[in-house]
Amino acid sequence: MSSLTHKEEVPEGGYRTPDGRIIGGVLMDLKDITLRFGGVTAISNISFDIRQGEIRAIIGPNGAGKSSMLNVISGFYVPQEGEIWFRGRKRPPLKPYQVARQGVARTFQNIALFKGMTTLDNIMTGRVTRMKSNMLEQAIWWGRAEREEVENREVVERIIDFLEIQAIRKTPVGRLPYGLQKRVELGRALAAEPDLLLLDEPMAGMNVEEKEDMSRFILDVNDEFGTTIALIEHDMGVVMDLSDRVVVMDYGRKIGDGTPDEVRNDQAVIDAYLGVVHE
Amino acid sequence: MFYREAGDFKTSYVEDGQTFPIRLDRWGYYAIVFIAFAAIPFLINDYWANAVFVPFLIYSIAALGLNVLTGYAGQVSLGTGGFMAVGAFACYKLMTAFPEINIVFHIIVSGGITAAVGMLFGLPSLRIKGFYLAVATLAAQFFLVWLFNKVPWFYNYSASGQITAPERTVFGVAVTGPHTEAWAKYMVCLVFVFVLAWMVRNMTRGTLGRKWMAIRDMDIAAEIIGVSPLPAKLTAFGVSSFLVGIAGALFFAVYLGAAEVGEAFGPQKSFLVLFMIIIGGLGSVFGSFAGAAFMVLLPVLLKNLLVGGLGWPTDLATHFEIMLVGALIIVFLIAEPHGIAQLWRLAKEKLRLWPFPH
Ligand SMILES: Nc1ncnc2c1ncn2[C@@H]1O[C@H](COP(=O)(O)OP(=O)(O)O)[C@@H](O)[C@H]1O
Ligand SMILES: [Mg+2]
Repeated sequence: MSSLTHKEEVPEGGYRTPDGRIIGGVLMDLKDITLRFGGVTAISNISFDIRQGEIRAIIGPNGAGKSSMLNVISGFYVPQEGEIWFRGRKRPPLKPYQVARQGVARTFQNIALFKGMTTLDNIMTGRVTRMKSNMLEQAIWWGRAEREEVENREVVERIIDFLEIQAIRKTPVGRLPYGLQKRVELGRALAAEPDLLLLDEPMAGMNVEEKEDMSRFILDVNDEFGTTIALIEHDMGVVMDLSDRVVVMDYGRKIGDGTPDEVRNDQAVIDAYLGVVHE
Repeated sequence: MFYREAGDFKTSYVEDGQTFPIRLDRWGYYAIVFIAFAAIPFLINDYWANAVFVPFLIYSIAALGLNVLTGYAGQVSLGTGGFMAVGAFACYKLMTAFPEINIVFHIIVSGGITAAVGMLFGLPSLRIKGFYLAVATLAAQFFLVWLFNKVPWFYNYSASGQITAPERTVFGVAVTGPHTEAWAKYMVCLVFVFVLAWMVRNMTRGTLGRKWMAIRDMDIAAEIIGVSPLPAKLTAFGVSSFLVGIAGALFFAVYLGAAEVGEAFGPQKSFLVLFMIIIGGLGSVFGSFAGAAFMVLLPVLLKNLLVGGLGWPTDLATHFEIMLVGALIIVFLIAEPHGIAQLWRLAKEKLRLWPFPH
């Protein structure tokens, strides 16, 4: 293997993880983000970056503003203050579908699948941005329309194999148990072949076995496709196992940022998690 | 002969994506197409054409149209009657202004004009949803009927305010006007139904259909994976109104021959087509046909049975029909929102496992 014979360079702004993976430069840079809902400040002056190829976790107690942060990244909320830099460029305010087209995909804390559609159709929908045939071609199912359908189906079938959900391919997702729905939702996000994948509590409500499966999928996605992942998770054990770097939020503020070990031994973080009474 | 998938393996994604993956279904479909094109035209008479087949075919197109918008894209519309009127009046104006051009083109262009009008009325759907959109489309319904009544240019200043279809031919055979034969009316409608249903099926099985359904099921999630809501909704309004416009044009030119807008295309028409897709099955091509067949056949059957057979007075039979339809709508909405199409699917699933249900 090449990495053994000559040591790969760590790129500018990147680093090497304890398990030997090379993390690249900054992919997304969030600068001084503040988001308010009326009187409530959901995010207050937060800055952090996400680097190419890493698994970045966002943790914090309920209501800390973690989901709001992902919603800012994916274009649902426009922050009152702050800048978002993506691939070295300042991002203007974009609509969610425009963010998607830049290569950002996500899952939701409360599953947001298309309930009336099958697993296959849900994941195929993840490919919309790659299907260019126009309405007339679709209507007569000619040329590009059929070709695109088959090409994209092949990609989707690989994702179905990867997530081991072959058996539920043609099942309407509304009928699936919770754990499988979470998996299908991951599949739909993967189908977009994103550069940045945002996962909002991918393991919430799962049993131990399902959590282990999901952890494995997340690690494999990162490893096999090189996808950069930002994930929100409550379970500290899972976070410590999965992530390269962790942002800790509490009451809309950032109270910690670093490797899992650094964060674990940080007094402010310990206080937040042990439930020190806030003034 | 068993109804099975076994031994019918799919070896490619093209085959897997086809409309009738089970061989027996495919044969059934071919048989129906064959009978529709090669047998019925020779057997049909005026009674069957006017009471059953022509209205069934035309309502199938309207139901397909509404199903695209409501069943697939999730945008409720109570404006179907008004959009049928747009198709009818467009067709009338075109027929009378350009008598030398073939009526088939007029009908298609009428669909195009209705599509444009439908997209215009669909613009608010970006901001308003559900109940409010339904009310807005009902307002469109009333506005359009009012407009066609109010502006004499639309009915060529005729004294009665009615529009009357002049005789037009296709390949030398009259398809509109008082001398049209039953089989000719039937064939024109059948060809339109066949082509349009095939196109709708294609659109709904590909990426366009998935965009529509994604918007219907969870619009924020649709947007997050790259579906931009405006084009998705507007294409649904466009395709839907195109079909509804063609249905309106056929309804006026081929079926009625003469029409008064409030009577032919009033709000009751909007509800009739909505009932068709609820009973037939939301989000299903087959359901559109099933619903149209049901709502066209029901009054015919009840009339023959109750009035002809049991000697009920006609108005009692009519009221009974209204109650029956109302009850069915409630039952379907509560118990089986996917209508007859779903019942049919379930029956086939049972059949596939028969005689060993486990
Ligand atoms: N759409 C919204 N409107 C008003 N307040 C909101 C909205 N979304 C989130 N909030 C508020 O912002 C704060 C952070 O919420 P959230 O980001 O969901 O936290 P977390 O995901 O960390 O549990 C909470 O106080 C919540 O009530
Ligand atoms: Mg949250």
